[in-house]
Amino acid sequence: MAETQPALQEQTTLAVHPMINDFSITVGTENGSGSQTSNLTILRALFKMGIPVSGKNIFPSNIQGLPTWYTIRVNKDGFLARREEQEIVIAMNPASFEKDLQEVVPGGAFFYADHIKQKINRQDIAIYPMPVKRLARESDAPSNLRNYVANMVYVGILAQNLGIDLDTTYQALNFHFKGRTKPIDLNFNVITAAIDWAAENLEKTDPYRVEPMDETKNYIMTDGNTAAALGSIYGGIQFVSWYPITPASSLPEGINHYLPILRQDPIQPDKNTFAVVQAEDELAAIGMAIGAGWAGLRSMTATSGPGLSLMAEYAGLANFAEVPVVVWDVQRAGPSTGLPTRTSQNDLIFTYFLGHGDTQNIILLPGSINECFEFGWRSFDIAERLQTIIFVLSDLDYGMNQWMALPFEYPDQPMDRGKVLWEEDIEKLKGDWGRYRDVDGDGIAYRTIMGNRHPSAAYFTRGTGHNEDARYTEEPEDWVNLLARLKKKHDNAPDILPKPVIQTMQGTEIGIIGFGSTEPAIQEARHNLAEEGVNTDFMRIRAIPFSPEVQTFIEEHPRNYVIEINRDGQMKQLLTLEYPELALNLISAAYFDGMPLTAKQVQGAIQSGEGK
Amino acid sequence: MTNTTTSRQVKINQIGLGKSEYKGNPTTLCKGCGHNSISSQIIAACYEMDLVPENIVKFSGIGCSSKSPTYFLNRSFGFNSLHGRMPSLATGALLADHSVKGIAVSGDGDTASIGMGQFKHVIRRNLSMVYIIENNGVYGLTKGQFSATAETGLKLKAQGTNPYMPIDIAWEALVGHATFVARSFAGDPKQVKEIIKAALHHDGIAVLDIISPCVTFNNKDESVHSYAWGKEHEVALHDLSYVPPAEDILVEYQPGEATAVTMHDGSKVFLKKLEQDYDPTDRAAAMHILEEANAKQWLLTGLIFISPEQPSMADIYRLPDTPLNRLPEDRLRPPRESIDKINDLMF
Repeated sequence: MAETQPALQEQTTLAVHPMINDFSITVGTENGSGSQTSNLTILRALFKMGIPVSGKNIFPSNIQGLPTWYTIRVNKDGFLARREEQEIVIAMNPASFEKDLQEVVPGGAFFYADHIKQKINRQDIAIYPMPVKRLARESDAPSNLRNYVANMVYVGILAQNLGIDLDTTYQALNFHFKGRTKPIDLNFNVITAAIDWAAENLEKTDPYRVEPMDETKNYIMTDGNTAAALGSIYGGIQFVSWYPITPASSLPEGINHYLPILRQDPIQPDKNTFAVVQAEDELAAIGMAIGAGWAGLRSMTATSGPGLSLMAEYAGLANFAEVPVVVWDVQRAGPSTGLPTRTSQNDLIFTYFLGHGDTQNIILLPGSINECFEFGWRSFDIAERLQTIIFVLSDLDYGMNQWMALPFEYPDQPMDRGKVLWEEDIEKLKGDWGRYRDVDGDGIAYRTIMGNRHPSAAYFTRGTGHNEDARYTEEPEDWVNLLARLKKKHDNAPDILPKPVIQTMQGTEIGIIGFGSTEPAIQEARHNLAEEGVNTDFMRIRAIPFSPEVQTFIEEHPRNYVIEINRDGQMKQLLTLEYPELALNLISAAYFDGMPLTAKQVQGAIQSGEGK
Repeated sequence: MTNTTTSRQVKINQIGLGKSEYKGNPTTLCKGCGHNSISSQIIAACYEMDLVPENIVKFSGIGCSSKSPTYFLNRSFGFNSLHGRMPSLATGALLADHSVKGIAVSGDGDTASIGMGQFKHVIRRNLSMVYIIENNGVYGLTKGQFSATAETGLKLKAQGTNPYMPIDIAWEALVGHATFVARSFAGDPKQVKEIIKAALHHDGIAVLDIISPCVTFNNKDESVHSYAWGKEHEVALHDLSYVPPAEDILVEYQPGEATAVTMHDGSKVFLKKLEQDYDPTDRAAAMHILEEANAKQWLLTGLIFISPEQPSMADIYRLPDTPLNRLPEDRLRPPRESIDKINDLMF
């Protein structure tokens, strides 16, 4: 590949960042045009070069024809949160051309499809026209695929300009097209033709390039929903019911895809040890999942905010009647239909209190792709141990984007089926047992499961008042005992829930509290602040109700910045509710424009809070 | 086979169980309520068919009819779930152990109002379950409101005139491709027991629309305790504390015959029993005959339609012989060696 020296003297650059393996790229295309393939190809090619990289889809709630963007961040230090600044912009869509042009930082690079004849009124950037249509025409793509492979032109031209490895680019295509040589070669040929054209016709006048590193060798790359799906399978999932909703659909679809691969039954290979049911709506999805959980299956459903609203009634019943079931909420921006394709962390309050009457629920908060996998299986252990509904709150940013992750680890403990009595157990008790008797004093009773053939095993489950033996009652004492035991069970839950992850620097009064997908932005912000002499401690909460470590952390820091993606500071609200005497130690830093968090936002919150 | 005791003979069935083993708790429904009669026939049918109570599971929604599963089969598991949402719960549960037979009890509100969606979809899936609708709205009034099954133009003094089209539950089941559709009347215990037995034999969804008169919510103006009387005398409905004991309404009529039945509130329903030689396997004929009956405002009773060859949900899902809820860990969690393969499948 020809190399051109960056003409630095001619730059009017104000570029702040170093120029090798440290910049962001935005690709503006039309959705439904096949740009997803080309964007993932760039992302994956960089990943296999050993460079830490992330990619985010900023896509519209639409199937075809609206502007969509993909933003790739390359960072040699492994800081992969979104950035406000975009050094390189590729404009393929006339509809967003003007906006895309303004996105480029001074000193940056602007690539554009040259059939777009709009004015380019900037002198402070490198400008690279791309003969996209011509090169697509000249390729051997059939006419109906020409627009699709046209996107590979920018892949090639970018590759030539930045120095993206051709082998890793081929590897990316090979993965995407699952080894099918026809589409791989078709697309690769467009890329190489574009590279040749760029080498011949474009003079590089920007400072950005990539160089191979060795930082990704031990990583895999996948999305959070796939991780959750696989984790669930390693949790022995037996039943999933679901209704399609953005951004959750790919989770049960992933389960459906991997189950036949991973669950080939040794005893009856032509049978299924699982059932996946696409329900008619979320009311049915949660109903089925609860029926299955009640009847002894490891059972789950996945949805987003609007679906959760529909599930409220049955969720309350599962909590009250103590039925194990797992519900993944891959959060998107609400309220209401909201922004279906934008991320948020705004279902905390709703989920925690989901269900009328005095109700609190258990929530898990995975903070990485690896934790999406781990909580995929752990959530079943917790649900069956506590005999209740468990909510796992992920979000669109983790769920639907490709992230670097460590290889998935096999579960480190056997499946915990909880307190279950089968025929022999009932026989040993001579039939003297009660579904809601707190025999161990931990608030958790023993259950039998439909299909248990012992004559004393059966009981009637209901959402109405029931006593220790599951009989209908309206007696005040029975009611109080029941609600008190449910509260005890809930309050004891932190013993078996994931504890917060705490990281400290030297002698600081500043605590940062976060959860979920804000981790990359927070870690980058902490690094930047430390470079300016501002140290911070960080606690990433992983479950609600809170373990004692949460209280200790807040107590130990006079100022705790609670970072979250929602308007009302929902985590701060829950912390205030739980620790009212510590409320003045909490400062809310809540962002809610539907975009993934940036380090600048976190830094800004702390700097202004500290009066700097 | 009978056991002899010193004082009385206790009858037992072929598996050695007496009828009391099939009973539930004492009913808390009103005396004379049609639902009690249906519960008795469920008990009788299970006893006479030598079913093992532990091989049966009960489901219900919310409503008077949905209370009834506690009044039969105490030795069977049961779940009284949510209004209109029982079919989904039953679906998930029955897949967990497909050797357990489901009996579901619902009402016309639970099924034809709030539960319409889940009713239609559980039929589509042909979940193997006996689905009984204890239907007391057919003559148009439940607790002073129109039921979804009320005929257009029905006048109720306190409500006015019903402007809407009626829902016919048996018809909806048939149109929705239910593989077994039957209708009966709670006061015809012989027929009720017959169709319950037939339903228990059926491998697929069996919809039983059973007209079940309500004793309490009288609407006859002259009646001392009608809803209209209460309004006129400014007595709140829940203050009508005296529910006169009523007797079960019983009928007896032969296949091919029609009969008029007077309900507790004085309104009439017309029942027509299907002919002895009626062929229930012809779906088009079933739709035609139902439509004919509806035009005359008759309720057709008997086994209306059956299609035994359709695969049930357990067939579709190709479940193993061992019930899903009995599978051990080594048939559920993939083996340790597989994790490397999975990581290799990622990029």
